Amino acid sequence: MEIFGIPIQAFLGQLLLGLVNGSFYAMLSLGLAVIFGLLGIVNFAHGALYMIGAYVAWIGMEKFGINYWVSLLLAPIVVGAIGVAIERSLLKHLYKIDPIYGLLLTFGLALIAEGVFRDQFGVSGQSYSVPEALAGATNLGFMVLPNYRAWVVFASLVVCLGTWFLIERTRLGAYLRAGTENPALVQAFGINVPVMVMLTYGAGAGLAALAGVLAAPVIQITPLMGSNLIIIVFAVVVIGGMGSILGSILTGLALGLIEGLTKVFYPEASSIVVFVIMAIVLMIRPAGLFGKEK
Amino acid sequence: MTTAADQDLARYSRWALYAGLVILLVAPFIGLYPVFMMTALCFAIFACAFNLLLGFTGLLSFGHAAYLGAAAYATGWLVKQAHLTPELGVLAGTLVAGLCGLVIGLIAIRRQGIYFAMVTLAMAQMIYFVFLQAPFTGGEDGLQGVPRGKLFGVLPLEDDRVLYYVVLAVFVAVFLFIIRIVHSPYGQVLKAIRENEPRAISLGYDVDRYKLLAFVLSTMLAGLAGSLKTVVVGFATLSDAHWGLSGEVVLMTLLGGMGTFAGPVIGAFTIIGLQNFLADQVGSWINVIIGAIFVVCVVAFRRGFVGELRAWQLRRRKS
Repeated sequence: MEIFGIPIQAFLGQLLLGLVNGSFYAMLSLGLAVIFGLLGIVNFAHGALYMIGAYVAWIGMEKFGINYWVSLLLAPIVVGAIGVAIERSLLKHLYKIDPIYGLLLTFGLALIAEGVFRDQFGVSGQSYSVPEALAGATNLGFMVLPNYRAWVVFASLVVCLGTWFLIERTRLGAYLRAGTENPALVQAFGINVPVMVMLTYGAGAGLAALAGVLAAPVIQITPLMGSNLIIIVFAVVVIGGMGSILGSILTGLALGLIEGLTKVFYPEASSIVVFVIMAIVLMIRPAGLFGKEK
Repeated sequence: MTTAADQDLARYSRWALYAGLVILLVAPFIGLYPVFMMTALCFAIFACAFNLLLGFTGLLSFGHAAYLGAAAYATGWLVKQAHLTPELGVLAGTLVAGLCGLVIGLIAIRRQGIYFAMVTLAMAQMIYFVFLQAPFTGGEDGLQGVPRGKLFGVLPLEDDRVLYYVVLAVFVAVFLFIIRIVHSPYGQVLKAIRENEPRAISLGYDVDRYKLLAFVLSTMLAGLAGSLKTVVVGFATLSDAHWGLSGEVVLMTLLGGMGTFAGPVIGAFTIIGLQNFLADQVGSWINVIIGAIFVVCVVAFRRGFVGELRAWQLRRRKS
């Protein structure tokens, strides 16, 4: 069976791979958007935190025999704690000044993290084996579905929608949204805004680490994997606009799919297609697809 | 703030500039390695060009390496494959960078503030990927063995000292050009945009056109730096267009003092000097050190060397 001259198995395979990448875009842009909303900081270190998440899983497996499922819980906690430490020691000095300083500071942090991991583990990729329960593939008749990839898409959708529910439908989320609008007023109502800000950054960092663990079995783990990804995620965020959470999730998944399609039909352009789309969106709708005009 | 203090400050900074120029003029005779000095001067031009945007217009372009890289490849290819003379190669490289700047500028100025930084970074990454795949760049190996040739058919650039003074002359010209722009009516409008963009719009200025022109000027000067660098070192590589370099130029400007004339130059010499000096000793820790300087600068040293010096002098005057 063929579609546009391409075997349907290869076509659907690339599409699934695109969806997997899109899941990571969605999770990372979600974290970026939440952090930007409350802290006013564009977190360049998000990519580095994702990278550290993957390394925590890998080190846990290699050195301590910690299995995948435990890592899925452990890495976000470890990286979330790192995030809390970063927020308390550095970021809190920046809330009153121009947001570009937040970008520059987190850029510096990303360089530090990358340099340390490069020194410890070199630049060559490490691989992490797929957990046994998810190894193998399921034959759906029209395609063979690798179980782990399906799990990544499923898990990240659950996490993304869970985050959406938490922010848009719970009391805690209401505080968070109020804090985004007017922190001074929320503070006046007796809510401890600094702690909320700290936990938000920690949660965003944990989300990035979770994406890192999910990614570990499907990619090569290298110290540079985060920075390469974060620049694409920036483009995703510009395309989607940071205003809406569901918007970030949708944009992330859609761009992953488009990237996958490009890989099928014109592989040379697959690394730049997201940026081209960003340029087009900026020309037509500068605030982004789901952004509000300011 | 008294005018006497201002005049004193102007006098001090003028003397400091003269002293700096004298050091640069005699550098080859006091044992400073010429290729190092030339590379540092190229990055000083790069940082000055970047500062025209960040310091004097308030636009953070986070992808300036793309223009340096585009010009470096253009000059390298034209001089090596098309056998252009170095002056034409440098001119063409500068124009190529300006053209990239024009196209990307048109897209990027549609967003303000932090989004502008993200858009320029993303577009620069696109240019990087194009260079990674394009056949003329030599991929991972880069474009090697670009001959220096003769300037205007007479000046032998193979001689390090001759080339050094050519690079120095270009640097001084760029430095004076930027001072001229900033003090011109156009530069004052840029400053107004930096301080209060809505106000500048309400005064009737076509802000987008002013910003776009500043962006194109800055990218052309960044390109000039890249072209010169190719002539100096004889190769252009992917690291010339990498986001790491875009970050370094921000650091040079921040460390030296953004919005000051001499700051980016001091910052560029500090960073390039540090990299040269430490490269053999610390290996991959150099990135950690650069990152740490970034963090310290942002948290505790936002005015940079020149800005802190000025603030200190002003405080001393007052008391």
